[in-house]
Amino acid sequence: MILLEIDWFFILSKGGLIMAILLTSFGVAAYATWGERKVAAVMQDRYGPNRAGPFGLLQPLADGLKLFMKEEIIPTNSTKFIFLLAPFLFMLTALMTSAVIPWGPDIQLASGKVFSLQVADINIGILFVFGVVSLGVYGIMLGGWASNNKFSLLSAIRSASQSISYELAMGISLIALLMLAGSLSLRDIAQQQHGFWDNGYFTWNFFKQPLGFIIFFTCSMAEMNRAPFDLAECDSELNMGYHLEYSSMKLGLFLFAEYINMFIGSAVMVTLYFGSYNFPGMDALAASVPPILFTIICVSVFFAKITGMILLIMFIRWTLPRFRYDQLMNLGWKSLIPLALLNMLLTGAAVLWLFK
Amino acid sequence: MPIQYYLFLSLALFCIGIMGALMRRNAIIIFMSIELMLNAVNLLLAAFSKMYNDSAAQIFVFFIMVVAAAEVAVGLAIIVMVYRKVHSVDVNILNRLKH
Amino acid sequence: MDILQIIFWILTVMAIGCALGVVLSRNPVNSVIFLILTFFAISGHYLLLNAQFLAIVNIIVYAGAIMVLFLFVIMLMNLNADTEPQKSWLVQLAGVVSGGTLFLVIIAAISKANLLGVINTETTNIGLIKVLGQVLFKQYVLPFEISSVLFLSAMIGAIVIGKKDME
Repeated sequence: MILLEIDWFFILSKGGLIMAILLTSFGVAAYATWGERKVAAVMQDRYGPNRAGPFGLLQPLADGLKLFMKEEIIPTNSTKFIFLLAPFLFMLTALMTSAVIPWGPDIQLASGKVFSLQVADINIGILFVFGVVSLGVYGIMLGGWASNNKFSLLSAIRSASQSISYELAMGISLIALLMLAGSLSLRDIAQQQHGFWDNGYFTWNFFKQPLGFIIFFTCSMAEMNRAPFDLAECDSELNMGYHLEYSSMKLGLFLFAEYINMFIGSAVMVTLYFGSYNFPGMDALAASVPPILFTIICVSVFFAKITGMILLIMFIRWTLPRFRYDQLMNLGWKSLIPLALLNMLLTGAAVLWLFK
Repeated sequence: MPIQYYLFLSLALFCIGIMGALMRRNAIIIFMSIELMLNAVNLLLAAFSKMYNDSAAQIFVFFIMVVAAAEVAVGLAIIVMVYRKVHSVDVNILNRLKH
Repeated sequence: MDILQIIFWILTVMAIGCALGVVLSRNPVNSVIFLILTFFAISGHYLLLNAQFLAIVNIIVYAGAIMVLFLFVIMLMNLNADTEPQKSWLVQLAGVVSGGTLFLVIIAAISKANLLGVINTETTNIGLIKVLGQVLFKQYVLPFEISSVLFLSAMIGAIVIGKKDME
C-alpha cells in the first residue's frame, strides 16, 4: 500500500502552515474592515469607530457577532442551491491564491529538514494565480443571478464583462514580468529580488517594470471589485448589486471575502513587484542574528509591505469617484491593453538586445 | 494504466457531446456540447502524448484550445445577434433562414 | 490500487457524471455549472498525465474565459428552465440511440484493435513550460503565427457581427 507511506513531517508542517495562513487571512481581513473605516474617517475628518474597545479595536468582532445574530432570509423565487453556494464559492476563490505565495525564506531545521514557508511551490505559480483570479467572478455572477432580482442580475452582467476585460491587460502586463524573470514559480521570482541593490541597479521588479506594475495594480483593483472599479456593487445605482438579496452571515461572507481578496491580492503584488520578503541590507542582518529571528524579521517585512499596499488601495478608494460604465470599458480596452502591449514589446526588445 | 481507459473515457465524453447536440434545441447548449467534444479529443491527445513521451500532441491541444476560443467568440456573437432579431435561441425557429 | 488509480477513477466518474448533467439539466445555468465541473475533472486528468501547463491553461481558457462568456450570454438573455425549448421525446430518443450506437461501434473497434500502450505512472517533464515552449517556437512556429491571425480575424468578426445598427 502506497497510501500508508506518508511523510508525517510533510503533512503536519503543511497542515500547520495552511491553518496559520487561513487564520492570518481572516485576522488581517477583519482588521482591514476596521482600518478602512478609520482611513475613511481620517479622510472625511471624523472619528470613525471608537465605541467598542480602545480606538474601536473590538469593532470587527462586534460586526461579526451582529451578522451572525441576524435573521437569514432566502428569497422565495431564488434558485436556492446556487444562492447558497455563491458566497462560499466567492470565499474559496479568494483564499485559494494564498497557496502559492512564499511567505518567507526557508527555515533550516536542526534535524536537517527544510521547512518551507510556502504551501506549494509549483512551477506554474503565476499561471495558478491567474487561473484562480479568472474563477473569482463566478461567485458574483452566480450569486447575482440566483437572487432573481433585476439589480443583482445587472450587477452580475457588469462584473462578468469587467472581469474579462481587465484580465487581458493583467495577463499581458504579467508576460513582460515573466520575460525578465524567466520563471513562473513565485518562489524563484521572490529569490531573484534578493536584497535591494545589486550590480548597479535595483533588484525589485517595480524598478524594472514601473509601467507594468501600474497596469497590474489597476487591473487587480478591477478584479477585486474595489472602488473606483466597484461597478458590480455600486450602491448609488444598483443598491449593492450582487449581494442585495443576501442577509446574515452570507452577506458577511461576501463582504469579508472582498477584504481577503484585498489582502491576498496585495500579497501577490508585493511578491511580484516589491521584492517579496526581501529588504535592503538583509545579508548583513542574516549574518548577525540567529536564523529563526531572521525569518521572523523577513515575514514581518513582508507583512509591513502588504499593509502599505492595503493602505494605498484604501486611500485610492476614498479619494477617487467611481467610474462610469463606458469610462471603465474605455480605460480597459483603449488605454490599458495598448499600454500593456507596448510595455511587453519594450521589455522583449530590452531582454533581447540589452541584457543578452 | 492501459491506454484503453483513456480511450473509453474520452469516447464516452465525445458521445455525450454528440447526444447533447442532437437532443437539445437551445443553440447555446448545442454549442456547449461541441465544446465538450473538443475537450474529449484534447484529453485523448494528452494521454497519447504521455504514452509516446512526445510533446507535439500537447501543442495540438494548445491549438485546439485557440481554435475553440476563436470559435466561441464568433459563435456567441452570432447567437446574440439572432436573439436580438427573433427573441429566441431555439434552433427550430432558425430554419427560417432558408426561405 | 494505488492512490493515482483511485484519483483516476474519481475524476472519471466526475467527468462523465457532470457531462451527463450538461446534456440533461433543463436549466441552462445548471448546464454551464456542470460543464465547468467537467473541465475541472479534465484538468485533473491532465495533472495525472504530467501536463501541468495544459491543466492550468484549460482552467484559464475554458473555465475562466469561455464559460464566463457563456454565462454572460445566458444571463443577458435571461434564459431559465421555463423558457427552455424541448424536443419531442421521439427526437430525443433518436439522439440517444445514435450517440449510443456510435459509442458501441467505436468501443467494439477499439477492443478488436490490438492496442498495447500503457501509460506508466513515472513523472516525465514533457509537460513543463520550458519543453513545450521549445517545441512550440521551434517546430510549430508557423502554425502558431497563423493561429494568431485566426484570433485577430475572429475578434474583428465578432465585433462586426455584434455591431448594433447594421442598416
